[in-house]
Amino acid sequence: MVNQAQLNLLTLRKLLIVAAAMFGFGYALVPFYQKICEVTGVNNVIKADEVANTQIDVARFVTIEFDSNLRSHLPWTFRPLQTNVRVHPGELTTVSYEIRNNSARTVTGQAIPSYGPQVAGRYFRKLDCFCFTQQTLQPGEVRQMPVAFVVDQGLPGDVNTITLSYTFFEVEGTAKQAGG
Amino acid sequence: MYAAHAHDQAHGDHAHSPGGIMRWITTTNHKDIGTLYLWFSFTMLMVGGVLAIGIRAELFQPGLQFWRPEFFNELTTMHGLIMVFGAIMPAFVGFANWQIPMMIGAPDMAFARMNNWSFWLLPPAACLLVGSFFVPGGATAAGWTLYAPLSTQMGPGMDLAIFALHIMGASSIMGAINIITTILNMRAPGMDLMKMPLFVWTWLITAYLLIAVMPVLAGAVTMVLTDRHFGTNFFNAAGGGDPVLFQHIFWFFGHPEVYIMILPAFGIISQVIPAFARKPLFGYASMVYALASIAILSFIVWAHHMFTVGMPAAGQLFFMFATMLIAVPTGVKVFNWIATMWKGSMTFEAPMLFACGFIFVFSMGGFTGLMLAIPPVDIQVQDTYYVVAHFHYVLVAGSLFAIFAGAYFWIPKWTGHMYDETLGKWHFWLSLIFFNITFFPMHFLGLAGMPRRIPDYALQFADFNMVASFGGFGFGLTQLIFLAAVIKCIRGGEKAPDKPWEGADTLEWTLPSPPPYHSFETPPVVK
Repeated sequence: MVNQAQLNLLTLRKLLIVAAAMFGFGYALVPFYQKICEVTGVNNVIKADEVANTQIDVARFVTIEFDSNLRSHLPWTFRPLQTNVRVHPGELTTVSYEIRNNSARTVTGQAIPSYGPQVAGRYFRKLDCFCFTQQTLQPGEVRQMPVAFVVDQGLPGDVNTITLSYTFFEVEGTAKQAGG
Repeated sequence: MYAAHAHDQAHGDHAHSPGGIMRWITTTNHKDIGTLYLWFSFTMLMVGGVLAIGIRAELFQPGLQFWRPEFFNELTTMHGLIMVFGAIMPAFVGFANWQIPMMIGAPDMAFARMNNWSFWLLPPAACLLVGSFFVPGGATAAGWTLYAPLSTQMGPGMDLAIFALHIMGASSIMGAINIITTILNMRAPGMDLMKMPLFVWTWLITAYLLIAVMPVLAGAVTMVLTDRHFGTNFFNAAGGGDPVLFQHIFWFFGHPEVYIMILPAFGIISQVIPAFARKPLFGYASMVYALASIAILSFIVWAHHMFTVGMPAAGQLFFMFATMLIAVPTGVKVFNWIATMWKGSMTFEAPMLFACGFIFVFSMGGFTGLMLAIPPVDIQVQDTYYVVAHFHYVLVAGSLFAIFAGAYFWIPKWTGHMYDETLGKWHFWLSLIFFNITFFPMHFLGLAGMPRRIPDYALQFADFNMVASFGGFGFGLTQLIFLAAVIKCIRGGEKAPDKPWEGADTLEWTLPSPPPYHSFETPPVVK
């Protein structure tokens, strides 16, 4: 029976290693997922896009609506300086947003864009955007920030309006890029 | 003195073991621990059932009757968590504890003390879960999938749920290690792997799945916990994280978890059907290979739970085809069960009724699963009652019916008494009928667009919801028949022979009913 017990302990050890490795694997999925997104180009919403073709399709108009949101307790005012613009696909357009820090402390924020309808995100190319970097505002500071974009000519014909919506999140001191 | 000890000798060498409650707290006997698991599971089934009745009561009529919408969300979330982690999984571990040593001719589980720990971790975890209803903000209401960013924002109830999942995960991993070690190292001489009863095979594969994915779930909820309290940003978009990442990690655990809950059910059905068809199982080897294929495929299909997150078409196609591939080994199993019945001299006692009910209703759930595997259909019915109908067809009529089949099948062995066949038959027919009254209309509700996890609904859904609620109340009450049948069987009844089922042929039936406290201390020889 000693052999039996030793054999069992050996199996126990092997299986514990598998369990511990799988716990690590769960965490390894995080960089793996980010790498996949980077390679396949999914989810690169806060990186500058490249525009291959700027042929302007003058026959077609697309309305771009601008929206702004603040996540929970961020003590800022955040608004687009125009509610909408009408553009041709392929036409380089620049619009501005304004942020103001209403609090008595220095606050850093990060904006995350999203698109409605969702499918439009693939055809909305941002060349310059305040969402590419974190924004730090001193108490009372006001900043106007540009967004330069081109709508790709490949935009499906049934999409006539795109809503560009930004949400500003507060970046806390301890909370910098821990997720990778 | 010798005479006084004669009685104790019958119970093996445990004359010095404590009595009363301490017997159950300190026990390292696989039969005692199996019993504890089964009672724990039944208790949690009742708790989860009460929550389900709370849900169906609210949905009985349109408008808000009983609960605040927030509390309704707590009900759906906790119903899911308690049923999955409290009722179904521990029930199968209970079966494993009782049956595996007896079926492979081992004296006990490999690590008896660890076996005791893995059970006694569960009641504290259950207390954390149920107790979270009473903390400020109530229980977690993020859905049983605990999706970020909801789960990173909830109140302290969410923390309690995370700790409960950690504890239950540790319990499952310890149980799984114990089961694998027992099966690999402690089989009776002559029982090679391809001679093991199929229930043992299903548990071997399930235990490997548990070891592979429970740590991933532990990692996922740990990430939620550190996002909530320790400033990490795994799922927080502002800090460079991504909520969709949570879904990927969760479902990497979640899909194998689905098979963790159904493979032991397959095992029970594969024992019951040959016994009542009085024929050996058709296609034993193909059953084993089908099990292994299902388990392996379960690791590459997780994203079919998240077709609507904005996946590239190539990804959708891959996950669609991989998912549909699982229908092949599952089809092999259903075919083999039916082929086992073919030209058998069948009788329909309660275990066989539940097994036949299982095949019928589980297959329906399998087919709706195939439909949900098709992305264009899935995008249409995502998060509707169609999905609710689907997974209750496979989890209630699949896993739970198999648990009932196994309970009626083995309870004569466990208690030494035959159960009341009339009660068993009533239990089956009422369960089957009420189950379908509850969940069949949900297919129509889902196809018509009724969203899940919402306490109110549009008027056109009223009739089917009322029908479903009636069915739900009936199904809940029917389970009291099961309780009555079990208690009656424990208290007395016709003396069960060693082998009450003519066609049963596994090792446990060579033991007396009830089996001695310590069985197979000298291993039997299998030819």
